[in-house]
Amino acid sequence: MPINKNLKKVLVIGSGPIVIGQAAEFDYSGTQAVKSLIEEGVEVVLVNSNPATIMTDKETAHKVYIEPLNVEFLLKIIHKEKPDGLLPTLGGQTALNLAVKLEEEGHLKRLGVQLLGCNVDTIQKAEDRKLFKDLMKEIGEPVPDSKIVMTTQESLEFANKIGYPLIVRPAFTLGGTGGGIASNEIELIAITNSGLAASPIQQCLIERSIAGFKEVEYEVIRDSNDNCIIVCNMENIDPVGVHTGDSIVVAPSQTLSDKEYQLLRSSALKIIRSLKIEGGCNVQYAMDPHSFQYYVIEVNPRVSRSSALASKATGYPIAKIAAKIAIGLTMDEIINPVTKKTYACFEPALDYVVSKIPRFPFDKFVTANRRLGTQMKATGEVMALGRTYEEALLKSVRCLEVGLFHLELPAYKNKSLTELTDKILKQDDERLFAISEALRAGMTSKEINRLTKMDFFFLGKIEKIIAMEKTLLQEGKTVEAIKAAKKMGFSDIYISKLLNIPEKDLYDWRKKNGIMPVFKMVDTCAGEFESSTPYYYSTYESQDEVLESTKQKVVVLGSGPIRIGQGIEFDYATVHAIDAIRSMGYEAIVINNNPETVSTDFNISDRLYFEPLTVEDVCHVLEREKPLGVVVQFGGQTAINLAQGLQERGVNILGTSVDDIDRAEDRKRFEELVRSLDIAQPLGCTVTSINEAVEKSAHLGFPVIVRPSYVIGGRAMEIVYNEHELLDYMKRAVQVNPEHPVLIDRYMIGREIEVDAISDGETVFIPGIMEHIEKAGVHSGDSIAVYPPQTVSKKLLDKLSETTLLITKALKIKGLINLQYVIYQDEVYILEVNPRASRTVPFLSKVTGVQMAKVATRAVMGESLIKQGYFHGTLAPKDDIAVKAPVFSFAKLSDVEIALGPEMKSTGEVMGKDKVFEKALHKAFVAAGVIIPDSGTILATINDVDKEDAIKLFQRFYHVGFDFVATAGTAKLLKARGIPVRVVDRIGESENDIIKEIKSGRVSLIINTISKSKNVESDGFKMRRVAVERGLLCLTSLDTTEALLKTIERNSYTMEPLS
Amino acid sequence: MKQIKLVLETGEEYLGESVGADIDNIFSLGELVFNTSMTGYQEILSDPSYCDQIIVMTYPLIGNYGVNKDDFESLAPALKGMVMRECAEEGSNWRNEYSLRELLKRFKIPAIAGIDTRELTKKIRDRGVMKAVLAPVSYPKHNIELVLTRSLGTDQIQRVSTKSPIHFPGEGKRIVMMDFGYKKNILSSLLRRNCDVVVVPWNSSVEVIESFRPQGLLLSNGPGNPKDVPEVLPTIRTLQKKYPMFSICMGHQLFALANGAETEKMKFGNRGGNHPVKDLKLGKVFMSSQNHGYAVTEASVKTSELEVTQININDKSIEGLRHKTLPAFSVQYHPEASPGPEDTAWLFDDFLNSIRN
Repeated sequence: MPINKNLKKVLVIGSGPIVIGQAAEFDYSGTQAVKSLIEEGVEVVLVNSNPATIMTDKETAHKVYIEPLNVEFLLKIIHKEKPDGLLPTLGGQTALNLAVKLEEEGHLKRLGVQLLGCNVDTIQKAEDRKLFKDLMKEIGEPVPDSKIVMTTQESLEFANKIGYPLIVRPAFTLGGTGGGIASNEIELIAITNSGLAASPIQQCLIERSIAGFKEVEYEVIRDSNDNCIIVCNMENIDPVGVHTGDSIVVAPSQTLSDKEYQLLRSSALKIIRSLKIEGGCNVQYAMDPHSFQYYVIEVNPRVSRSSALASKATGYPIAKIAAKIAIGLTMDEIINPVTKKTYACFEPALDYVVSKIPRFPFDKFVTANRRLGTQMKATGEVMALGRTYEEALLKSVRCLEVGLFHLELPAYKNKSLTELTDKILKQDDERLFAISEALRAGMTSKEINRLTKMDFFFLGKIEKIIAMEKTLLQEGKTVEAIKAAKKMGFSDIYISKLLNIPEKDLYDWRKKNGIMPVFKMVDTCAGEFESSTPYYYSTYESQDEVLESTKQKVVVLGSGPIRIGQGIEFDYATVHAIDAIRSMGYEAIVINNNPETVSTDFNISDRLYFEPLTVEDVCHVLEREKPLGVVVQFGGQTAINLAQGLQERGVNILGTSVDDIDRAEDRKRFEELVRSLDIAQPLGCTVTSINEAVEKSAHLGFPVIVRPSYVIGGRAMEIVYNEHELLDYMKRAVQVNPEHPVLIDRYMIGREIEVDAISDGETVFIPGIMEHIEKAGVHSGDSIAVYPPQTVSKKLLDKLSETTLLITKALKIKGLINLQYVIYQDEVYILEVNPRASRTVPFLSKVTGVQMAKVATRAVMGESLIKQGYFHGTLAPKDDIAVKAPVFSFAKLSDVEIALGPEMKSTGEVMGKDKVFEKALHKAFVAAGVIIPDSGTILATINDVDKEDAIKLFQRFYHVGFDFVATAGTAKLLKARGIPVRVVDRIGESENDIIKEIKSGRVSLIINTISKSKNVESDGFKMRRVAVERGLLCLTSLDTTEALLKTIERNSYTMEPLS
Repeated sequence: MKQIKLVLETGEEYLGESVGADIDNIFSLGELVFNTSMTGYQEILSDPSYCDQIIVMTYPLIGNYGVNKDDFESLAPALKGMVMRECAEEGSNWRNEYSLRELLKRFKIPAIAGIDTRELTKKIRDRGVMKAVLAPVSYPKHNIELVLTRSLGTDQIQRVSTKSPIHFPGEGKRIVMMDFGYKKNILSSLLRRNCDVVVVPWNSSVEVIESFRPQGLLLSNGPGNPKDVPEVLPTIRTLQKKYPMFSICMGHQLFALANGAETEKMKFGNRGGNHPVKDLKLGKVFMSSQNHGYAVTEASVKTSELEVTQININDKSIEGLRHKTLPAFSVQYHPEASPGPEDTAWLFDDFLNSIRN
């Protein structure tokens, strides 16, 4: 069917900020969809609140709005733009929920906007448990029996009807607290009791347990003519019980026979047809490993993380096709963009194996509960391809960048089988390594299968890897043994360690002996049709398929998996660098391994290599492609960290030199540089003993910020205010000795400033300066950033510019640099510099209009800034004020501290822009999902240090209509200032303690600054967790509080009686 | 680990691990074809249509879920060899009885693993299907060259077809299936629909077939070139006038030839489970399971008694035909699936409905 001609203008909704469970995959799908619609001649208006995305580049769509994603703002845009259609199926759950709201409130009908890709009925049938169950019953598809119960008696009645095992899920508790699996009556009574107690509404769902079943997903597409295809199926190697986003996944399925494959395939088609979805959809199944019995677990009536993975795994661009379907095209009319010879209406055939492993934030959240379950905890994922499963698996392990290059975790070495069994049963993110170690230690795969229900196929592959380790040890460096190991995906790092030879020597030896990988193409059709899409993966086989080219080439290293501290911003910069390189007439080659992102869309670069980002893997590509050089400054710390190793192998690093990168990153060398330039820096020192720490800290003056130079298990930075706290930190958090020195810096409580600059080595151009709302001490990534600065004097701004120019020039930066300053007592101090693209590049690019990564890339490639139309100095700010606010995923991670500190915790960001500061701030808060109360009760517990500052804010809150409950100390203070307050007891002091107060629902905002006293602190931690799990706003910084207050004040009336 | 070699008609040699029957002193000659299915190796290798062929599996991991009792499409695999990237030593699945390696040994099928099957697939794609031989590594080169000049013969159908009629009782319509090398699931598809099925040898006469009092006729799939069995064409012409007829794959090609259309050998055929077929009447596309090296030529249909009902989306080749006046129709692909998508199982219902009406 041709395009619906009534659709001239379509509004596409993005997914907003990155949070756990809704990440970069929606930038990929959204960007693809928009391009796909434009290809068909549709005018596209896009709205998303996340500035760190390619989709919000003004070039992506005809009109781009970076505005909060809620009904209020969407309606304004709809009124202004008058689109004919609204496409919500590419912006995750956020967009889908908004579409439902707009439709239910009658706006779409009233405004004559057609909902595309799905209808509200479909969404509800797919997402409402009850409606979904009814629909499955109607079409004869099995779902696990379940019942909602309010009493233990009810659960027993249900059990009598359907039998055991049963899973008990308490309603509204995070991570299934209080729930569990019951295999008999006694267990069911116990678990239901605890579940009912844990649930805030005393309700549990009792469901037939399918834990241990195989978990299999199908990615389905349907068009308006009812044509349906399966793009890909995927099998989780972790059986049902671990969220699919947290599971290690293989594509296609490996342990299903054709009968089972087709059984589920036919079911998936039946389901998408019954839901009448026009576009992509994902169906998840539980498959009994001992029969043909299966259950439908869940359906997502939209593109998803899995569809992004399936697109990259097969080459079939689901979002792109789904967008065309949404405007009326059918799949038999759409050309397969990979082969360009066949049509989109077919099912991809793979001739390789794909392994996906999730990336978890537990390196940052040391206290988090690492057990994996039904609540997703991963922030990102990696994907690797190989012609053997072993190869794909080992490649994906080294893609993770967790310091591991093999199925080997040093901490598990020499553990007893009992300890390893415990680790395996813990079902955490390191289970794969515990299993490997247990097999190494002699546990049988049968025993592991009993513990984990993991299929023997996968365990057998791990056994093969372990057997190969032994072969290598026995055979040593023989051509045959090394070749066999490389075919299994073994890394040089591991082999060289095992055989005790330098890694570089092994590489050279391999090269001499012809043991080098070839690169094969991902073509959607297993070679059946000719394809010229340069999407490659390495493998050890005979035929290489890299297309020859006579153009000069430049390689850009991507940033790997999304993690806290290295998010989608770096993918944004990578994509821009690729664009710039291509526009200069070079061939741009990207190496990356993150299946969620735009940079790994094969349409973005001239050549895409889906590979781990290690020196070895990168060198293999370079060996084959012989580029002019490699650009490392856009792929975050991942790429920068490879610079040294690559240079040692003779690779030409383009942009800032490796030595200058080191001068910026090495603490000592940087200190020297700063001193030589006469720039102020907070005093700091390196200590190797506790005594030395005490002595030198006293000299620096408290508070000080302490951190290990070598991070052990993620224990990291803290701010300490006195000797007592320092001693506590030194004893608790670090191991200090000459090998493991500890770094101590004076902590200056001041205004933090962030500057990004571009240089060609001669000219230094500063697109903009940002100030942070939170004072130094809160990680810059967790601070609210404001552009241009609102509270910094002209004199200081000049000083900041001047210092930036000086440092950038002295470091001989070629490309981007990011500098962080603190202003303390009217003096500018440099905190640190990053000789690379930073987190703020997309935000600043969007608000200043300077496409920083592109300009920088051109400078790296030798085009001077002057020639590009820039100058030595700082760009004058525009009239608009833009605010970047962090977004956190605390609700998804139990046992994680939410109070802000020097360690970054946010997963994403949003932007609010307006003519007035408070309005921009308001937008940023709203976009970040903060429900701004305009009146109500504030629960306040304030640390002594902050009381004076806090009370001023409380007075202002009182003026605009808030009242207070507070713990004794804070209450006393409020009373003293004449502010009415109700006293609430500390945790456990009485029935009516803080927790009860929060749970009562009477509190609309919590303001809690951290106390250093340990007992109080553990209470505070509990309180903050309760708040976060109830979705209550809890502010731990008075600076953030004041910012919020400003937006409330702007929208409030003062409440004063006549005097 | 024992090595064997695969030698192509074009002279290239591939060394790999022998994972099937022992071939110490013998060789195995066949037509080298590739199949892109990611599952279903057991069904594929037991499909009689692969008679005299060596199959390259494009998916690299074969044998993962082992071999079970249920999924054979015939009792005696007729293929000449299998080429794989990796052949599992053990199978992992609840129905697994023994490994693929064991099956290959039991049925004396030579097989080679450790081959860059993608390279091989692209060769077949670019140059067309060719003969190849699986032989011991030591097998002399000139002998192999000699072997490769041999013809594969024209008797494949004869070899795989039943030698005498077999009756599968059922309560419903009686269907006589002319067996050119039928896959078990065609039979099962009829039996599942309560049919009473008589499978007869490929060259059964009209009289013999009519003696079973058929209510409908099914022309099965089978190996080789349809032009090798011209003797069945008059039988088809006679019977189609009397009984509703449904033809699959080889049956489809013979149905076309019987009605004045032509067939030709394809460059490398279609073998896999992802081929899109569009039904021209319904306007809908279905995924199909395919295994054919010959096709009905489009131009020849125009002057025949037939009309095109279905086409392939990608190359627009003919996938389905119908007689202009008689209740007879055919498809080039496998509506019985096994392996592959089950999207077109409704064709069996259409066939049985045509009998009722």
